[in-house]
Amino acid sequence: MDLSWMGWTEPTAIFFASIAFAIIIMFIWSIKAPQSPRVGILKIETTPGDRLFISLLGSAFICLGWVFMFGSPIWWSLAVCGLFAAAVFKWV
Amino acid sequence: MKKTQNQKAWFMVLPVLILVAFSAIIPMMTVVNYSVQDTFGNNEFFWVGLEWFEEVLHSERIHDALWRQILFTVIILAIEIPLGIFMALHMPKKNGLWTSICLVVVALPLLIPWNVVGTIWQIFGRIDIGLLGYTLDQLGISYNYTQDTFDAWFTIIIMDVWHWTSLVLLLSYAGLRSIPDAYYQAAKIDQASRWSVFRYIELPKMKGVLIIAILLRFMDSFMIYTEPFVVTGGGPGNATTFLSIDLVKMAIGQFDLGPAAAFSLIYFLVILLVSWVFYTTMVNMDKENE
Repeated sequence: MDLSWMGWTEPTAIFFASIAFAIIIMFIWSIKAPQSPRVGILKIETTPGDRLFISLLGSAFICLGWVFMFGSPIWWSLAVCGLFAAAVFKWV
Repeated sequence: MKKTQNQKAWFMVLPVLILVAFSAIIPMMTVVNYSVQDTFGNNEFFWVGLEWFEEVLHSERIHDALWRQILFTVIILAIEIPLGIFMALHMPKKNGLWTSICLVVVALPLLIPWNVVGTIWQIFGRIDIGLLGYTLDQLGISYNYTQDTFDAWFTIIIMDVWHWTSLVLLLSYAGLRSIPDAYYQAAKIDQASRWSVFRYIELPKMKGVLIIAILLRFMDSFMIYTEPFVVTGGGPGNATTFLSIDLVKMAIGQFDLGPAAAFSLIYFLVILLVSWVFYTTMVNMDKENE
């Protein structure tokens, strides 16, 4: 399949594959072990899917903030994103 | 104990997901791909990493456009929301011909396409043939939206208020009409003032629709393009160049696809964040009311 019209690169393919993988994992997880929504430190009711969304959106801003302050590469910001996502899944 | 959720119903939305994939997700993937590359045409791309993001995040031109955009959104929300509520409070309360006429008249601007609204105001503001421009000129008031920054902003803000206050009005009116008479009767027995009725009955009951109105107006004003583009073209100078106008100039005018793609993604993330905050607030408020 010719995807040159979309200008695909390996890093962007990995980026989207990771998001798709996370969504699929969450989907399988929700079927295997259904969870009730809960209220965390943000005082809002969240499902695991909501927490994934918050983690991804937050991570995007963490990376942008990193690029703004320190420029690339952003490996350390990815570590911060990982910690942020873990915190969201634990407490939000 | 709360019931667990059954997620299998999500299969039902699969057709919509496929449709959205073609109309939104695949184009957005392309934008992400462009944002990390440079191109000189012929479908040839060169990897540049996060260079465009760095450039966009440090670009003074985009910072200025962002501040203009925020200022515009704050001003129109500060005018349209109170004005819409005020007008809704003064709409006829009972069903009848007069109510229908009022509703149709106030809803008319909403039916006019964006580019036509721009053209209407572009002509309306002209000092040679436009009613507004000519009248102000005859009154001795210096007004020229093509040369003066204040006049350009004034025209665009008045145009947006004219176009969209009706939306806030209609939503507020729907909220007001859903308040049972018993509330007003209780307020009358307690000899509540007009302000107290508004503060403790009408405003809390309108809260849900007002958040929808603020969300819709925020998103729309933050993405505004057509109307200011038709009226001022972003000028005089860059005085009314908002984010989307700047983005189009960058992507189509200069054909800087990489920076424009990075800019679009940041723009998208900001709108997504604010919309999520509004949406979550709205949903949680509904749950509290249940």
